[in-house]
Amino acid sequence: MSVLAESNGAMTIENPLTAAHLPRYTPWATLLLALLVSGVGFGILAASAGATFNIAGAVVVGLIVYLLVIWLISRRVEGSRRAIDRVMTALVATAFIIALLPLISVAFTTIVNGLPRFDLKFFSSSMRNVVGAGGGAIHAIDGTLLITLAATIISVPIGLLTAIYLVEYGKGPLKRGITFLVDVMTGIPSIVAGLFAFALFSLITGNAGIRFGIGAAVALSVLMIPVVVRSSEEMLKLVPNELREASYALGVPKWLTIVKVVLPTSVAGIVTGVMLAIARVIGETAPLLIIAGFTTSVNTNLFQDRMMTLPVFVFDQYMNQGRDVQAYIDRAWAGALTLILIVALLNIVARVIAKYFSPKTGR
Amino acid sequence: MSSAPADSRIKAPQRPGDRIFSTSTVVAGSLILVVLAAVAIFLVVQSLPALGAGKADLKGGANNFFEYVAPIIFGTVWAAAIALVIAVPISLGIALFISHYAPRRLARALGYIIDLLAAVPSVVFGLWGITVLAPAVQPIYSGLADLMPWFPLFAGPVSGTGRTVLTVAIVLAVMILPIITALSREIFLQTPVLHEEAALALGATRWEMIRIAVLPFGRPGIVSAAMLGLGRALGETMVVAMVLSPSFVISFALLQSQNPTTAAANIALNFPEAHDVGINVLIGTGLVLFIITLAVNMLARWIVDRRKEFSGAN
Repeated sequence: MSVLAESNGAMTIENPLTAAHLPRYTPWATLLLALLVSGVGFGILAASAGATFNIAGAVVVGLIVYLLVIWLISRRVEGSRRAIDRVMTALVATAFIIALLPLISVAFTTIVNGLPRFDLKFFSSSMRNVVGAGGGAIHAIDGTLLITLAATIISVPIGLLTAIYLVEYGKGPLKRGITFLVDVMTGIPSIVAGLFAFALFSLITGNAGIRFGIGAAVALSVLMIPVVVRSSEEMLKLVPNELREASYALGVPKWLTIVKVVLPTSVAGIVTGVMLAIARVIGETAPLLIIAGFTTSVNTNLFQDRMMTLPVFVFDQYMNQGRDVQAYIDRAWAGALTLILIVALLNIVARVIAKYFSPKTGR
Repeated sequence: MSSAPADSRIKAPQRPGDRIFSTSTVVAGSLILVVLAAVAIFLVVQSLPALGAGKADLKGGANNFFEYVAPIIFGTVWAAAIALVIAVPISLGIALFISHYAPRRLARALGYIIDLLAAVPSVVFGLWGITVLAPAVQPIYSGLADLMPWFPLFAGPVSGTGRTVLTVAIVLAVMILPIITALSREIFLQTPVLHEEAALALGATRWEMIRIAVLPFGRPGIVSAAMLGLGRALGETMVVAMVLSPSFVISFALLQSQNPTTAAANIALNFPEAHDVGINVLIGTGLVLFIITLAVNMLARWIVDRRKEFSGAN
């Protein structure tokens, strides 16, 4: 192949616009060859040393060989500018593939490690009086659902009304200030939100070691409100002004216009945004660790006593392993799998709602 | 027009419903300001006692609160900075791939795939970091230390488990990839098409077009995207708490088993057992973390907003 390239390169042409081009298959052929050579090299190395074949090493070396070879060939035939262009194309594509690796790896390991304990018992029993194998996460699932529900009930009205203010009423410095602070609020570390809820409630109740579910809901709301505001604001902005004007022209007051015309038009998008916001906070661990605490039994009272949640369950099972280590690790992974499935489900439902229930734009 | 008196614009009658509704939206909006202020105030109030904490209340043999916080802040910034160094080039590559290299029809789907990374809960990333990543990178670490023992960052002895600050930084980098990618992708897509076409018409290759048209246009956006990513990395808790076995040291070595802890992880690990002044000390660390992330985020947003005004894109 490199012979072919050199025979092309032999015809030196001065005009850069009509300079020689490598045939279209060259990059792919070079890549294949480079990977093959590196694979054979690593194979021989592995065979001689008696070690297992190192796939990752072979791919990395193959890629480096490819970058070098394509640069040399292209430089020879097409000039240095095109050579750099080809190398950059390869690097940019590599960056994308590098990002896919952890995603695939996380999904794969969670499924493989989570399935052994992903059984009925996991979803029907708690960890009460369980040492070693057995037990389940029903107490954690209950807690997660209750706390997230409470957080949603707190955040959605506040977030939605704020979005309505920003789009329909707001003007001047207050609007600009709120917009800026909502953006800043999206960056609050989750653990700080947990500390805030703790500081707030321990001052109010005078209990220096306070742990309860509603505090966790407040902490999650701090994280959730800005997301709800952002997404609802975008959706309200999409409502065409003609609809509002038509409503005003019929003599409908502004607030009824918003409630009866603007909100129904954008409801699908708002629901999607809320679902995505829930998906974002349901996996939060740090604030729950601080204000909801650990427990091994079911507690469905948000206003009293510690409450277990699924992310904290995963953390606790992994970090505080008992004598039967494998049982704890299996439970942790099963919890992780459950959590990922919940998040995935929320995401899918949100996308489906966005796709099928959104108002048809244009005709 | 001329028949209407100068300043008698017709005003819609204010019905009670209007008043109630508009007031409630204003209240909800102002609540955001109140919450942010409350976060600051309650953290400050609760962390004041920490200033009086003595040697007995502080871990790591520190004499006062500031001595205690210093290594933690160092660890926080250090881990986040390495994560940023890893994440920014890769994110820019992905963003360019999606915006300028991938086929148009695929671009949207590829964007969704990268967004999936943002949906994985942090505790799962923590498990993954310990179980998969740490054992996988440990041989590489040994190799690096053997190859370049003179390089201070790679100084030995190498951790046998691979659970080092570099592993943490890699996981953090994976976690902040989606946000940096998403923001810089949006910015690259805003590059005026005329600039790009002009570059191509002058005979630029695709990379040269990106270098002279896309990247200069997007530079402020890239900076702010990176800073928002930094904000995320600074506040990320669970990965650090799970992967590292913390110690209170200031050390630049990446591969050793003794690693500096981060503010968020330190709080998460010690809070369940903390009592009395210990709680105030941890809240104080949280306050410092809050201030750092707030400053980083505000700076990033300020850069974005400043740019919004003179970019023709919107």
